Amino acid sequence: MTQLPSAPPPKKLGLVIDLDTCVGCQACAVSCKEWNTGGVAAPLSDKNPYQAGQSGAWLNRVHGYEVEGGDDDPGRTVYFPKSCLHCEDAPCVTVCPTGASYKRADDGIVLVNEDACMGCGLCAWACPYGARELDPCEGVMKKCTLCVDRIYNESFAPEDRVPACVAACPTSARHFGDFNDPTSNVSALVAERGGYDLMPEQECRPTNKYLPVREKRLSDVVKVDRGALPTGSDGFFGWLDKALAKLD
Amino acid sequence: MHPAPSLIAFTVLSGLGLGMMAWLGLGLGGESAGAFGWIAVAAALVSTGVGGLASTSHLARPSRARLAFSQWRSSWLSREACLMVATVAVFLVYAGIWLFAGVRNDVLGVATAVLAMATVYATAMIYGQLRTVPRWSATPTRWLFVALSLASGLLGVAAAMGLAGGAMSIWLPSGGLLVAGAVAYWWQTVAGATTRGADGSTLATGTGLGGTGGRVELMAPPHTEANYLLTEMAYEVGRRRARPLRRLGMVFGFAVPVALVVISLAVGGGLYVLALVSHLAGIAALRWLFFAEAEHVQALYYGRS
Repeated sequence: MTQLPSAPPPKKLGLVIDLDTCVGCQACAVSCKEWNTGGVAAPLSDKNPYQAGQSGAWLNRVHGYEVEGGDDDPGRTVYFPKSCLHCEDAPCVTVCPTGASYKRADDGIVLVNEDACMGCGLCAWACPYGARELDPCEGVMKKCTLCVDRIYNESFAPEDRVPACVAACPTSARHFGDFNDPTSNVSALVAERGGYDLMPEQECRPTNKYLPVREKRLSDVVKVDRGALPTGSDGFFGWLDKALAKLD
Repeated sequence: MHPAPSLIAFTVLSGLGLGMMAWLGLGLGGESAGAFGWIAVAAALVSTGVGGLASTSHLARPSRARLAFSQWRSSWLSREACLMVATVAVFLVYAGIWLFAGVRNDVLGVATAVLAMATVYATAMIYGQLRTVPRWSATPTRWLFVALSLASGLLGVAAAMGLAGGAMSIWLPSGGLLVAGAVAYWWQTVAGATTRGADGSTLATGTGLGGTGGRVELMAPPHTEANYLLTEMAYEVGRRRARPLRRLGMVFGFAVPVALVVISLAVGGGLYVLALVSHLAGIAALRWLFFAEAEHVQALYYGRS
């Protein structure tokens, strides 16, 4: 059913992603790819994996951004993992013509029933975050399942019942939990660190929250005086520099 | 957005076919069917059918297309599929009574017209509902599609009449073309100022980085090769190519057909066929731009502004 659940789900499972601790190692993205190409929604395929023209479906992508906060800000690099945010008002669900796309009434996870997907791509168009990718070989839409085949899996030890990306993160930049439980780890992190929504103006009410980069005191940051950088030099290397410049 | 040939063919041809059904349903062309009736009914059905087939080639799993009739309560694409089948079904009964019994049933005719325009409206809403593409949702897209379908249909019925040796008064087709051209111009003036960030979305709102007065820029993209997100939703068209193409679309879509309709007074109704061909070529060019120039907000994450 591609109507959203009539009542808010009792549980609201999702992720908190800490942009202050993420180091951009891509372990979450690779671990996600590995788990989901072998999990219930297998395969998560790649086209031309070993030749020119590669393309493949991934459920988690890590962008690297250069950020400057203002005049005195020396700037920093922020790595930004992005996957499905399991929105409360998920537009990808309501646009689906076949009933393949749905939001679970018990925990709010947004899933695709791959047996009913006809690959029209409209859900990917409706998502502002670029969280859905059409599998180039299977011809059905793929997206983050919040590792629904791990988090409820009773054959796993309790500490392993978390999404693969959370288990893989070496810096604990990813946290999984129930946002409806005010005592959960994710609720505490959001309250303590000021977790926020991506693109709030799109009014999708995403479940996943991002934690901002911590305010660092500027005096703690090594500032580079760009005016003091050497612009030329004497001696052998100065001669070499000029000689090479002539050849240019 | 990727300008898929299947979607351009679908929206242009189904617009023509449904527009013809609407005008035939409203009684255009007189009581007696004859050769005109057969040509017009066949053209409307073939155009809609070929368009519908083209749309299924857009699907990665066309064998599951029948499931698209199930979610009419929430999905415009599902509503479009249901309405299109309903339109064709009612039109078949209407056209059958007309062609074989020579009677135009007004109730079935008006029902055909209403259903046909509801179908075109639903097609437009597939695009018009997408907040992620402001060029489609913050512009009068639904009226553009309805106006173009009605103009195409009018010209289609006139061309069928011309082929059957008759000639329609020039006022209705030329007037319809001028109104549709004006709507297309109106849509373009709104769309021209509607960019990816028209809803306030930027890379800063998308990432929450940069704060007030700060700056955030893509430094390292997440992958080196193209992927679905880029080929499907980050298509870029050169402005130097877009402008002349839009001019050609407006000229062939509206100006040339109007001129041919007027000249047909001297030459004969057959010229309406040429006017229809020119009109469809122009509309196809404009529809290509409708997709190619539309910007999706998710491309902000890839550093597009």
